[in-house]
Amino acid sequence: MVTTTTLAAVRAVVAEVPDPELPVVTIEDLGVLRDVRVDDGGRVVVEITPTYSGCPAIDAIRDDVLARLREHGHDDAEVRLVLAPAWTTDWITARGRAALHEHGIAPPHRAGPVALTLSVRCPRCGSPNTREISRFGSTACKSLWTCRACLEPFDHMKAL
Amino acid sequence: MTAHPGPPGTWDGGSTGATVLEPRVAYVLGLGDDALVLAHRLGEWIAGAPQIEEDIALANIGLDLLGQARTLLSHAGELEGAGRDEDALAYLRDERDFRNLQIVERPNGDFAVTTARQLAFSAYQYELYDRLRASADPTLAAVAGKAIKEVTYHRDHATQWTLRLGDGTDESHRRMQAGVEQIWPYVEEMFEPGPAVAGLVAQGLATDPSLLREPWAAYVHPVLTQATLAVPEPAFHGRGGRRGLHTEALGYLLAEMQHLHRAHPGATW
Repeated sequence: MVTTTTLAAVRAVVAEVPDPELPVVTIEDLGVLRDVRVDDGGRVVVEITPTYSGCPAIDAIRDDVLARLREHGHDDAEVRLVLAPAWTTDWITARGRAALHEHGIAPPHRAGPVALTLSVRCPRCGSPNTREISRFGSTACKSLWTCRACLEPFDHMKAL
Repeated sequence: MTAHPGPPGTWDGGSTGATVLEPRVAYVLGLGDDALVLAHRLGEWIAGAPQIEEDIALANIGLDLLGQARTLLSHAGELEGAGRDEDALAYLRDERDFRNLQIVERPNGDFAVTTARQLAFSAYQYELYDRLRASADPTLAAVAGKAIKEVTYHRDHATQWTLRLGDGTDESHRRMQAGVEQIWPYVEEMFEPGPAVAGLVAQGLATDPSLLREPWAAYVHPVLTQATLAVPEPAFHGRGGRRGLHTEALGYLLAEMQHLHRAHPGATW
């Protein structure tokens, strides 16, 4: 039986699972963790959503969540994949954006209805004088940029 | 011995030998097969693109499509109710039972041919998914709502390359025009409603493909014009992919895609 108190504890355990491809942020900060609840049978049910349709990290996230829950005594937990509403970079928390920036990844702009290509600030030296090298970077969610001021290449998480 | 059917993919006779499916299953499977087959084609570019950034870009676009394919094939299998999962549908069907459009199975050609196909197909997928977001089928609506954001990037990527190559050097212009000429015979099929689609449109499940032609052209033709490219007028139109009729290229693609799974059933890594 999972009480309200332990549900909060379970949620905290799941929320701390790092993203396998961006381990500086948790799945909660990334907005990938959608829900943690307990079903009628007392079983922990976790809902996660992929960043991109083909995100290969989603299976690793599922395994990591189940492993963390097993460590805390929840052997029969279930992880469900939900597609709607579609993930957006707007769900990345302020803490997540700060962590990305701190680790050299320029965080995304707000994903508005109008696709605007704004200047991306270099996460190393802060210069707005940057250039996109490739729209598709080391993972589907990032593009590759270079800074004209400090000449360093860097990743930028694309607005989605 | 039947008479030669004419230009590739134009045969339009009766039964195709494809397994008969419920219209809704066939529709979802067709969309899934489009994504699966094109994902495989784009994967063929890995380590072979003109620059490493393009290896990564085409692989990422293929990965998005593969993700869409997995959900669509799984959904088709559930609708069919015969116990076939995404792997059974991807790896254990023969050529005639693939419902993809012929445009996605065409060989990659050079980078300009692939760019032309990406422009034509991603612009089509954009209009398709934009409308399927309102489908009465919640899974189709969810896939579309997610995929349209990805396809927006795919379409933009193809557009940028079309402009750069078309309005580039004499050689890049010549090859981009040749690429468009090679792909355009397979464009018209994207807008052909299959025999079963009308009923699905009436139920709010599917989108009438013929309604996509105009918005598709409103996007693609100005791109070609700006890229100083002529819109081709193909001498023939491939058709029949949705009914299992394919060009020679698909069989070779499936042989490569399926042989491991068939030779070693249940293999994992």
